[in-house]
Amino acid sequence: MTRWAMVIDLRRCVGCQTCTAACRHANATPPGVQWRRVLDMEVGEYPNVKRAFVPVGCMHCDDPPCMEVCPSTATKKRADGIVTIDYDLCIGCAYCALACPYQARYRTDRAQFAYGEPTPSEEARLDPGRLGVATKCTFCAERLDAGVAAGKTPGVDPDATPACVNSCISQALQFGDIDDPQSNVSKLLAGHQHFRMHEELGTGPGVYYLWDRA
Amino acid sequence: MNTTFGPKPWLQGSWDARAAANFIFGGAGTGVAVTAAFFVAPAPGWRVLLALALMLIAMGLGSVWLELGRAWRFMNVAFNPRTSWMTREAYASGVVFAFGAAAIVTSVPWLAWLCALAALVFVYCQSRMLRAAKGIPAWRVPALSPFLVATAMAEGAGLTVALAPALVGGTPRWAVGFFVLAVVARLATWLRYAGSLNGKVAPQAAAALAAVGTHVVVLGTLVPLCAFGVAVGFPAAAAVALTLGGLVALAAGWRAKFVVVRRAAYNQGFALPVLPVRGTR
Repeated sequence: MTRWAMVIDLRRCVGCQTCTAACRHANATPPGVQWRRVLDMEVGEYPNVKRAFVPVGCMHCDDPPCMEVCPSTATKKRADGIVTIDYDLCIGCAYCALACPYQARYRTDRAQFAYGEPTPSEEARLDPGRLGVATKCTFCAERLDAGVAAGKTPGVDPDATPACVNSCISQALQFGDIDDPQSNVSKLLAGHQHFRMHEELGTGPGVYYLWDRA
Repeated sequence: MNTTFGPKPWLQGSWDARAAANFIFGGAGTGVAVTAAFFVAPAPGWRVLLALALMLIAMGLGSVWLELGRAWRFMNVAFNPRTSWMTREAYASGVVFAFGAAAIVTSVPWLAWLCALAALVFVYCQSRMLRAAKGIPAWRVPALSPFLVATAMAEGAGLTVALAPALVGGTPRWAVGFFVLAVVARLATWLRYAGSLNGKVAPQAAAALAAVGTHVVVLGTLVPLCAFGVAVGFPAAAAVALTLGGLVALAAGWRAKFVVVRRAAYNQGFALPVLPVRGTR
């Protein structure tokens, strides 16, 4: 079996938001919609302050609460673990957005553009099918599927890897098959201490955060 | 480390007052249907009350329909009865309207009973809808479900008791008894719900719930019980007292549900159980 997962090294992330920009470029999301966000967490009080940059987005959970609540079956989970949304089925009730503990889902009711009027690029890439429905990170599933079909390895070959991972300047974001013990992500997890966001909720996130050596 | 680190929770913006109206009107409509079917029928006026119940439930569903991003795909809501409480709510509402309309047309009380039972299923589905929303700590606690069902009964019984003098020509004793029972049950379930949230919700959510808790205790419980006492002690003032008590109980329940759905619906934000250890590779 294959289980696509993302591993994020919190020690490496510098909060540059390049992954956010790359995602927005790759997926043509409107202003305010960031399928890949980077949180800037500041902890403590001067002079004992620590800071962490935490990339977040859809966690592609093993047991996604968004899929359970979805009344239209628009949200589904593929055999390889990627959680998808069928824009033609979704009724835009936003129930999934409330069920998601990671605030990964968006609904945009009207076309929005960065400067009011659409730029030629925005006009060309506007997808009316994504208005009024839930949207979220797809792990760049189309790119991944095309890459796999071409015999490439996700997480290794850029043409089969999510845009955010490709763009990361510090290689904090890694992607691969967690069921393959020889994959890059499996090796990273084996060699580091890690956690998953809000693990106590039992959703089984497919995104792992590294925080120290094993 | 035992602490967690993360940005603070923020108020959900996905469901607004239109969604809250579904819980407000749907719950009250269910309560009216149950009271009318089991505690008013076959006295005159029960069909009017049942029609009012259906109207309230329809208003709630119509309100939430207005919130859909793709409103004309509303039939797709029926596709996931296997796991979605929203789908189950939709199915239950269909049964409510079918039996309710049949009861009103035929004047057969047992059809009203079936309508009321379906309405109970409907409001239970509503309560489980909130519980299934794992992203909102104030909703996902199991103790919320009994409160939503109990307040639906208190609101509906309160509205029935308030309208009974005009619609039924008097206030049926059993309906009054059910009203008192429902009000007390609502208080008990609220206290259990509020107690179960201790430390689990954002401070802003806790403050909103604490404020509305006062309304539930004072307006939603004490005032209706005082009204009942007045009705027992001074029969001449019974109609006025029960009308007042019923409407106050209704208002308290609506206020509580609005606060739960809109004002206390903070997510849990993000939190790191540990901070990254820098300087290592």
